[in-house]
Amino acid sequence: MSVPLTLLGLLERAPSHGYDLKRDYDAFFGRDRPLPFGQVYSTLARLARDGKVVVGEAEPGAGPDRKRYVITDSGVTEVETWLTSPVEPEPHLQTVLFAKVVLALMLGRPAEEYLDTQRAAHMRRMRELTEQRRTAAMVDALLADHGLFHLEADLRWIDLTAARLDALAREVNR
Amino acid sequence: MTGHGDARLTRKRVEARGAHTGPVIDARDVRLSFGRTPALRGASVAVKAGEVLAVMGPSGSGKSTLLHCLAGILVPDAGEIHIAGLRVDAMDDAGRSALRRDRFGFVFQFGQLVPELTVEENVALPLLLRGTRRAEALGAARAWFEPLELAGLERRRSGELSGGQAQRVALARGLVGRPEILFADEPTGSLDSLTGERVMELLTGAAREQGATVILVTHDPRVAAYADREVMVRDGVVHGLDGFDGPDGVDGRGFA
Repeated sequence: MSVPLTLLGLLERAPSHGYDLKRDYDAFFGRDRPLPFGQVYSTLARLARDGKVVVGEAEPGAGPDRKRYVITDSGVTEVETWLTSPVEPEPHLQTVLFAKVVLALMLGRPAEEYLDTQRAAHMRRMRELTEQRRTAAMVDALLADHGLFHLEADLRWIDLTAARLDALAREVNR
Repeated sequence: MTGHGDARLTRKRVEARGAHTGPVIDARDVRLSFGRTPALRGASVAVKAGEVLAVMGPSGSGKSTLLHCLAGILVPDAGEIHIAGLRVDAMDDAGRSALRRDRFGFVFQFGQLVPELTVEENVALPLLLRGTRRAEALGAARAWFEPLELAGLERRRSGELSGGQAQRVALARGLVGRPEILFADEPTGSLDSLTGERVMELLTGAAREQGATVILVTHDPRVAAYADREVMVRDGVVHGLDGFDGPDGVDGRGFA
């Protein structure tokens, strides 16, 4: 999750105060990891420095929270570019697991057991997400689905690798 | 029927089903070959009453064969299968038929509804086969139409149903006899994923509400994720993935 771009995207809806931005971020994207206030203001300061937002006049009542942030044309372009570019299509888990499996085979360790452990952890998470999705509002259900499909893809890779361990062992120990 | 009900009530219902304690299914070292091809090579699994167990594994791993042995459809060459304290592997054909008819429910990949019967007669079939009076059986069958989102289809023929409807009818038929154990073999295998997920929600919701134990054979992790626990069948042997946190110390291999 890119915090600067997400905050910028929220600002494209309407100019906003730091506090409201944080509240919206947490409600939609933060979930179990709310955004610290410090990070909100430091991110907004950087966006202002880079010309992506401008800071309005402090409103009566003052305090750091009384400033309104407004997105610039350059900021809108940045959001647009981000939204239209595909996300790096490489799940990092697979490469970590891949390294573990290859190393295990090189060291004569039980790669299949490691894969089983990973499979069990994946299935446990899938059960949690399935249960969440059953009771959740649409936004949360879609997030849970995203997680489920990714975990499923990992599991397919785990199954495929498990089925090819013998051949893979021969290759890495050649 | 669509909710999970009160967990304590469910447990009470499970306990009320009999004095038998310990795993409701306990298979030990089950072996079965088809001709010279071994399908099960010492499969062991234990399942607690009320548990929903997913049996996963690649095609040809032996997972359906294991289900057929547990359900008394196939008789193993060796090993023991205890169901609620009964030795299923040692029963004669009539004994196993009676067990399947009176205490088990079944849902298969393709609903396998009887095309000549109406939908409600299809659902009532397990009760009719037990000798329940027709009016009573149909009454019990109709009670399942609302919770399984089938209301209005009572008098249709199975050929007039969509895949998802037919599979929910098959589910109603599997549950109508209030089975202690529901055996489901790829119950969503013929459905698209959205329809399949709805069937799984209804299946696990209804089974949990009844306190039924479920053996769910599937190769699909998204379907397996509806279960409480999963085991993996590989080359005819059961691997407990989660042995360390199985219920009440019962590990995936079946021994407490």
